Amino acid sequence: MTSTTAVNDLVKSEYEHGFTTEIASDTFPPGLDETVVRAISQRKGEPEFMTAWRLKAYRHWLTMTEPNWAAVDYPKIDFQAISYFSAPKRPEDAPKSLDEIDPILLETYQKLGIPLEEQKVLAGIAVDAVFDSVSVATTFRKSLAEVGVIFCSISEAVHDYPDLIQKYLGSVVPYTDNFYAGLNAAVFSDGTFVYVPKGVRCPMELSTYFRINARNTGQFERTLIVAEAGAYVSYLEGCTAPQRDENQLHAAVVELIVLDDAEVKYSTVQNWYPGDAQGKGGIYNFVTKRGDCRGARAKISWTQVETGSAITWKYPSCLLRGEGSVGEFYSVAVTKGRQQADTGTKMIHIGKNTRSTIVSKGISAGEGQQTYRGLVRIGQRAEGARNHTQCDSLLIGDRCTANTVPYIEVRTPTANMEHEATTSKISDDQLFYCRSRGLTEEDAVSMIVNGFCKEVFNELPMEFAVEAQKLLSISLEGAVG
Amino acid sequence: MLVVNGLRATVGEKEILQGLNLTVNPGEIHAIMGPNGSGKSTLAHVLSGRDGYTVTGGSATFAGQDLLALEPEQRAHLGLFLAFQYPVELPGVNNTYFLKAALNSIRKARGETELDAVSFLRLIKEKLKILHLDESLLKRAVNAGFSGGEKKRNEIFQMALLEPKLAILDETDSGLDIDALRVVADGVNALRSPERSMIVVTHYQRLLDYIQPDFVHVLAKGQIIRSGGKELALELETTGYGWIDAEGLAA
Ligand SMILES: Nc1ncnc2c1ncn2[C@@H]1O[C@H](COP(=O)(O)OP(=O)(O)O)[C@@H](O)[C@H]1O
Ligand SMILES: [Mg+2]
Repeated sequence: MTSTTAVNDLVKSEYEHGFTTEIASDTFPPGLDETVVRAISQRKGEPEFMTAWRLKAYRHWLTMTEPNWAAVDYPKIDFQAISYFSAPKRPEDAPKSLDEIDPILLETYQKLGIPLEEQKVLAGIAVDAVFDSVSVATTFRKSLAEVGVIFCSISEAVHDYPDLIQKYLGSVVPYTDNFYAGLNAAVFSDGTFVYVPKGVRCPMELSTYFRINARNTGQFERTLIVAEAGAYVSYLEGCTAPQRDENQLHAAVVELIVLDDAEVKYSTVQNWYPGDAQGKGGIYNFVTKRGDCRGARAKISWTQVETGSAITWKYPSCLLRGEGSVGEFYSVAVTKGRQQADTGTKMIHIGKNTRSTIVSKGISAGEGQQTYRGLVRIGQRAEGARNHTQCDSLLIGDRCTANTVPYIEVRTPTANMEHEATTSKISDDQLFYCRSRGLTEEDAVSMIVNGFCKEVFNELPMEFAVEAQKLLSISLEGAVG
Repeated sequence: MLVVNGLRATVGEKEILQGLNLTVNPGEIHAIMGPNGSGKSTLAHVLSGRDGYTVTGGSATFAGQDLLALEPEQRAHLGLFLAFQYPVELPGVNNTYFLKAALNSIRKARGETELDAVSFLRLIKEKLKILHLDESLLKRAVNAGFSGGEKKRNEIFQMALLEPKLAILDETDSGLDIDALRVVADGVNALRSPERSMIVVTHYQRLLDYIQPDFVHVLAKGQIIRSGGKELALELETTGYGWIDAEGLAA
C-alpha cells in the first residue's frame, strides 16, 4: 500500500467518541457583559469576593486583544455568540451520589469507557467528573478527608474553603496574564480544587474527566492544586467530547502551587473531538497551565498525551523559584487530518540549582500541523541551573508538518543547557520488518509510534499509560505508511 | 513446499532476477551462494513481499498458494520467515512485546488461540535457553543499539520463536565471529525438522561447516546457474566466482 492511500485512510478514521447525549440543559443565552458575569457568580451562590474578582477580570479582559503569535489558523471567534453557562438539570440540587445521577449521563461515561463506578473504586482512584460546567459526581472524598486531602469542585471550594481560595486562586496565573486567562477568570464555570496538607502523601491517584456537551457552550474550567510542604499528589485529567458541528472553545486555566519538598504530578490524556475531515466542528483548546515551585526542592511534573482538538494552544509551564526545585515536561502530541497544535512548555529558572527536563514527542499525520514552542529562561540568580531538552518529531506521510521553535535565554554563566532535536519518519524498512513478522501494517504503525512515545508513557501512572497507548492506536487507526 | 518458476523481477529499470527456478521440498536445506550484487537479497525480498520490486514474469507458490499475490504479513501467517541481512531497529519497541504481538498475530491468522503473557514468557525463556542467549535481550528495544552480531542473533531468536515452515536466512553469517556463527548454526540445526525447510543465503562456505545443506546453488546474474551438493560449496571456496564471467551463463 502506498503512503498516500495510507494517509487518506488515516484521515478518514472516524472519531470514536463522536456521539451526543440528550440531557436537559440549563443554558444561558449567548453573549457576554457584566450582567452575565454577575449572573454566573449568582447562580453559583458565590461570596462577594469572587463576584468582585470576576468583574475585575472581565473589565481587564475588555482591554486585552486575542493573541495571534501561535502558528495556528482559525476563523475569528465571536465571543458574543458563545453561551457562558450551562448546567445539567438544576445546579441547586446537584446530585449527592451516583444514584441521583441522570442515567443517560452515566451511560455516556460508560460509552466513553470511563469506569466511573466499580472499576475506578478497584483501581483506587477518586473521580471528580465534570459534565459541562457543574460537577456531578465525586467519590472517595471520605477516605481522602481522613488524611486531610481536600478534593472537590472549585465551586464547592469557594464556599467551603474561601480562605484557601482567596490566598491561592489567580496567584500563579493572574487574570492579567493573557487574553484567555482573563476570560476564564471572568466566566469560569467549574473545575477542581485539590489541597494536600503538610507532609501528606495523597493515598490515591486523583482523576477528573472533562466532557464538553451542550451546543455552543464555551468551557471555562479552572483547576487549582496546592501541595503544602512535603506533600505529594498525582492528578490526572482526561477529556473527550461528542461530535458537534460548531467549533467549541475551551479556555481552561490550571494553577499548581508547590511548597518545600512537595511534589505534584499532573498528567493529561486529552481526546477531544478534532473536527471532521475538513476540520469542521472540532474543539479549540486554548489553555493556560502553570505551576509554581514556591518552595525549596519542590517538584512539578507535567505529562500530557494530546490526540484531540482541532486547534491546541497550550504550554504547561513551571516557575522554578525555590532553590533546587525541579520542573519536568513530558509530552506526546498527535495532529492528523486538519488538526493544528502549537504546544510546548516554559521553564523559568529563578532559584539556584534548579533543574528542568523537557521531552516532547510530536506526531504529525495527514495534513496535521504541529509546532513545538518551548522557552527555557535561566535568570541571573539561578546559579547552577540545568536544563535538558529533547524534541522529537515523527512524520507520517508527506503532507504534514512539524516545527521546533526553542527560545533559550540564559543570564547566568553557570547554567548548563542541553538541547537535542530530531525529525524522523516511519521508514518502509521498519514497516516491512514488522509485517514480515506477521503484523498488519496498522499494528506496525501503532507499535512504532508507541515505541517513539515510550519515554513519555513511562511517566504516566500505570493504568493511564495503558489507556494512552490505546488512545494513540485508535487515533492513528488506518495510519499505514 | 516452495516452487519458484522462471521468476523475473526488476528494481526501477533494472532487471535483477532473470528467470530464476528453485524448488524446495519439506525438510530440505538449500544454500544459495553467489557474488555480491547477484540478486540474492532481491530473491529473499521478492519472496517475502517487500515493496519496491516489480515482478515481471514467472511464479512462486508456497504451501500451495500463489505467494506473490499475498501481503507480507499473510506470507508470514503461512509460515514464511526472513532473517534480514540488515535487521531493522525499532526504537522504544520492546523485544518481548514485539515478539508476543508477532506470534499472536500469526496464531490468530491460523485460527489458533493467542498465548497469554504467562505462557508466552515460558515459551520465550525456553527458546533463549536453547539458543544460549541472555535474558537481557527481552528487555531491550528491537535491535536498537544492537551490535551487528546481536542483531543477527536476534533474528535467529525470532525464527526459533515463530517456528516458520520455510525460513530464508539472508547472509545471517556475514560479519559474525565464530561464537556468533555457532549461535546461528545451532539455531538453524535446532529447528531442523522433516517439515521445516530453509534457504540459507551465504557468501562463505564457512557457515556450511556447521549447517549441512542438502543442496547448494550458485546465483549469478539473476539466475541459478549451477546446483549441486555440499561439494559445490567447497569447490567455490577454492575457485571463487571468477569463473562465472568466463563461462558466462552457459553452465
Ligand atoms: N533498491 C534498489 N535500487 C536499485 N538497485 C538495487 C536495489 N536493490 C538492489 N539493487 C541492485 O540489484 C542488484 C542485486 O542486489 P542484491 O539482491 O542486494 O544482491 P546480493 O544480495 O546478491 O548482494 C545489485 O546490482 C544492486 O545494486
Ligand atoms: Mg544481499
